[in-house]
Amino acid sequence: MICLGIEGTAHTVGVGIVQDSAPVILANVSCMYAPVSGGIHPRDAANHHAGVVVDVLRQALDEAQMDVEDIDVIGFSMGPGLGPCLRTVATAARSLALYTRKPLVGVNHCIAHLEIGRKMTEARDPVLLYVSGGNTQVIAFLNGRYRVFGETLDIGIGNCLDKFGRELGMPFPAGPAIERKARNGRCYLPLPYPVKGMDVAFSGILTAALAKREEASLPDLCFSLQETCFAMLTEVTERAVAHTGKSEVLLGGGVAANRRLQDMVASMAAARGAASFCPPRSLLVDNGAMIAWTALLMHRHGLTTPVEESHIRQNFRTDEVAVTWRS
Amino acid sequence: MEELIQRGAEAEIYRSTWKGRPVVIKRRTEKSYRLPDIDRILRRQRTRQEALLLSAARRGGTATPIIYDVDLSAAAITMEYVAGRRVKDCIDALDEPEQQRICQKIGEGVAGLHRQDIVHGDITTSNLIMSRGRMYFIDFGLGEKSSAMEDRGVDLHLLMEAFAAAHRHPDLFSWVMEAYEAAVPWGREVRRKVADIAERGRYVVRE
Repeated sequence: MICLGIEGTAHTVGVGIVQDSAPVILANVSCMYAPVSGGIHPRDAANHHAGVVVDVLRQALDEAQMDVEDIDVIGFSMGPGLGPCLRTVATAARSLALYTRKPLVGVNHCIAHLEIGRKMTEARDPVLLYVSGGNTQVIAFLNGRYRVFGETLDIGIGNCLDKFGRELGMPFPAGPAIERKARNGRCYLPLPYPVKGMDVAFSGILTAALAKREEASLPDLCFSLQETCFAMLTEVTERAVAHTGKSEVLLGGGVAANRRLQDMVASMAAARGAASFCPPRSLLVDNGAMIAWTALLMHRHGLTTPVEESHIRQNFRTDEVAVTWRS
Repeated sequence: MEELIQRGAEAEIYRSTWKGRPVVIKRRTEKSYRLPDIDRILRRQRTRQEALLLSAARRGGTATPIIYDVDLSAAAITMEYVAGRRVKDCIDALDEPEQQRICQKIGEGVAGLHRQDIVHGDITTSNLIMSRGRMYFIDFGLGEKSSAMEDRGVDLHLLMEAFAAAHRHPDLFSWVMEAYEAAVPWGREVRRKVADIAERGRYVVRE
């Protein structure tokens, strides 16, 4: 079975083509919208997606050396995400499904991050630390669902880093620039450390870090921000691992491309005797392959989304999906 | 002699004896992933806070282990060994009236804490032990002194999430809330808070 998936929950429009057998990923092409100034404007991002989605689709088909007729199933990111972006990409997916007369499968974006990690690493039943711009969740499989054991109570970690970077003149996304600056940081500036059970919060840290911008060097600020936020994320992940009794940790989301976070999580896992896994960067960030793979899994277990029921879900929760493809 | 009985997320729990009594020692271990500057402060702070809250809760009538010794530099608390079963391990297998009885005790226990202006901060079913007919609350490491309705709501909301994430019976939390409401004058207000907080969560389906 060959499945094409379209991702478009936020700044990235991506098309992936996957199959059951190795090599699983036949194509994975993305195009990211970067705002000229400020943060992501949902309408501008959607316009960007509408402008490039056909090209991205064509490139993916070229990369896989396929015609659109060769595709068996069309997957798309149904949510959660920015409404205008979701609607644009859903429209593309519906058109493609109707044109090719192939079944459509709506995919939960957060679950797709977990499923592609399970497929492309050796993780089988992991606790996922999913860290991106908009989402920060600790997810694990229990009683037929992917349950959210912990999450941010306010903004996503990536959003925290982006806002911090924007105030200090760094380009979007700010994570990579902050990571580079942090390497030269030496002095830790105390910041709040809000961990509530398995939940975290970042807006207070952001405010506190920005308040120290006059008194501290940029590297020290970046260093302190990263050390604090990532320690919190690692701590709540460890709590979920202890609570669920699982023995694997998986990383997902664009912020997981940060080496310091990877090292912290790997070190935590090693100290507990657990294994840690991190997919390559192209599968950490938003991408079409993860949507395609999850749609393939779902379709193999008899799930399809009729076009008339394929409306997007901005608030699509991870734990709403009955995960019938896992026992 | 110390015997490691549990490796939690932030602490290791040892069984031992102290002046002839069976005790557990809770030692907050160094986290190699965390910057030593952050680690030292957190472990010390949480140990001190936990010891203070454990004894304050006990004075207010909620069952908690008796503290025998606190060593801040080692981030260790030596306390009474509570023989019993964690709610996490036993509640799913019990019959419904028994589940209801346990939830009632949890609700009364939380009410007792809140009457002492204590919020536990991490009420999950792993931190509740049934022993000698009493509901023991352990692990006050994320607790604090507060009489804010918001904090009380957050406290109970955590338990609601813990039930939803790890346990099957759908009514567990409502039984806890019934007992809680019967035990404190601000019950209705906190119930509304819990609903508010759940609404504030990300990606909540709003009717």
